[in-house]
Amino acid sequence: MSANDGPVPHPPRGTPVPFPARADERDRAWFVDKVVQVLVFAGGISGIVCVVGIFVFVSREGFGFIAHTLDLREFFGSIAWRPTSDKRATYGILALLAGTASVTGLAMLVSVPFSIGAAIYIAEFARGKTREALKVLIELLAAIPSVVWGFIGLTMLNPLIIDVFNVPVGLCVLNAGVILGLMAAPIMTTIAEDALKAVPDGFREAAEAMGATRWQVVWRVVLPAAKQGLMAAVLLGVGRGFGETMAVLMASGHAINLPTSPFDQARALTATIAAELGEAEKGGDHYRALFTLGILLFSVTFAINLLADTFVRGRRKRGG
Amino acid sequence: MKRLAIVLALATAVGCGGGGGRTLIQSKGSDTLVNVAQAWAEAYATVDPNVAVAVSGGGSGVGLTGLIDGTTEIANSSRKIKSKEIEAARKHGIEPKEFVVGYDALAVYVHKDNPIEKITIAQLAGIYGDDGTITKWSQLGVTMPGGAQNDTIVRVSRQNNSGTYVYFKEAVLGEGHDYKLGSIDQSGSKDVVDLVARTMGAIGYSGLAYATPEVKLVPVAQDDAAPPVMPTMDTAIDGSYPIARPLFMYTAGEPQGAVKAYLDWILSDAGQKIIHDKGYAPVRKLD
Repeated sequence: MSANDGPVPHPPRGTPVPFPARADERDRAWFVDKVVQVLVFAGGISGIVCVVGIFVFVSREGFGFIAHTLDLREFFGSIAWRPTSDKRATYGILALLAGTASVTGLAMLVSVPFSIGAAIYIAEFARGKTREALKVLIELLAAIPSVVWGFIGLTMLNPLIIDVFNVPVGLCVLNAGVILGLMAAPIMTTIAEDALKAVPDGFREAAEAMGATRWQVVWRVVLPAAKQGLMAAVLLGVGRGFGETMAVLMASGHAINLPTSPFDQARALTATIAAELGEAEKGGDHYRALFTLGILLFSVTFAINLLADTFVRGRRKRGG
Repeated sequence: MKRLAIVLALATAVGCGGGGGRTLIQSKGSDTLVNVAQAWAEAYATVDPNVAVAVSGGGSGVGLTGLIDGTTEIANSSRKIKSKEIEAARKHGIEPKEFVVGYDALAVYVHKDNPIEKITIAQLAGIYGDDGTITKWSQLGVTMPGGAQNDTIVRVSRQNNSGTYVYFKEAVLGEGHDYKLGSIDQSGSKDVVDLVARTMGAIGYSGLAYATPEVKLVPVAQDDAAPPVMPTMDTAIDGSYPIARPLFMYTAGEPQGAVKAYLDWILSDAGQKIIHDKGYAPVRKLD
């Protein structure tokens, strides 16, 4: 930096400068500082602006429908989703809720043991190259597009389920649940591993000093200490499953049905929006009903993320 | 803005033809029609190199909505325009004009190993309708190969605003009836056929043009007394096949200039030959 830099010439090096005068000086560094402050601020709030913007947009389309046309008892209590019926259009989402819940539930049954197991192995047991390779592979798993997962469900799992379980059709809750479980596993593994890593080494050392085996250390000390973070990992996985669309649309059978077994067809809220919004008359009841589904999805995922966040916060407080 | 652009494009086409760039015609809508609309567009490029036709699918509803919004010049539709849509169009100052460009036999598909020989409209309504009681192939007198799990009828249907879904509802289930809930709803004509091909106990409906060697077409009878009719182009033209439907193109008002020339060409023998080659019935018998 030369002394002629900036609008006001700096005094030669070594000359004492009274502090307030230096702070008021509007040189290049001062402007750069201001610009960067504004940019960082804009970046920081852009997330909030987007979320609020999306919520306002979705609400504008949906709330009029909720206020005027919607019969809440029918909405939550009926399985009859018949938005284009000539006789009487009905908007019952019970079957769609049950579809989303059953597919997500099964997905969690599949992915929680695998993800937590993988996280424990990576964080506590694996060393060196194995560990790095595993981490990269799991991140790669997260990069597979959801339509590819759906394709796997349609062309590989479907005939497999028909053959193994002797059922008429293999597009069902089980198919979608397994696919969704595999999709949710990477994010759960990564977050669970972070939670385990956050447990201070002092805990492990203390347990080992008492003569505990490695498994005893993990089971009795590390897992209880990381409980909050592991809960957050599971919840984020649930959120992922709840919002997933394409793979579920392709693998679940997409039938309006209250599933009573893993081999029943089901239909998810997200898949319903994806399949029907394109052809719904803009501004019509069907269109706005689909936006109401959007509001519901948004609220639920928001609540799940909030809950996960409070768990993470709880962990930090205890850990810190 | 868009409207202005279209008017300008038409004016260019009518006025000089060779002066400006190419005239663009948007032809949007029905998934049933999208393949043949694409074939027409490609062939028309050699008929009139100054006109480019852009084809997109999405469904009959999308095309008609586009016509009302003024985002497309031609709406392809596999169902008749609804009175609600005509009203909406009039609100935008548009009077939709209808052209029948061909016929489509809506074929009933089953798995290729299904031994069924015929099906009546009433039986189809019993399978698909909301008050229908047919859930097993054995109720139709059909013994399915490969064990009891294949006896369950797997209903394959379409998403609830496709033109095919609407037409099948009107023609088979009858006025004022709804589909039974719980069918596997596919988002495209081809998806229905693909799923039926992979599923032993499945039944599905889709345009005749989507037939593959992997599936079997079931002859359909109007009632028990009537003879079952195989869906073919001839039976669709002469009206003996009970579930054949007209395919439409709609324009905003009386077509002019390039759009009119394009539609005239589609209805000419050259254009009708193309729809025939794509597996649909032409509007009249061709030599």
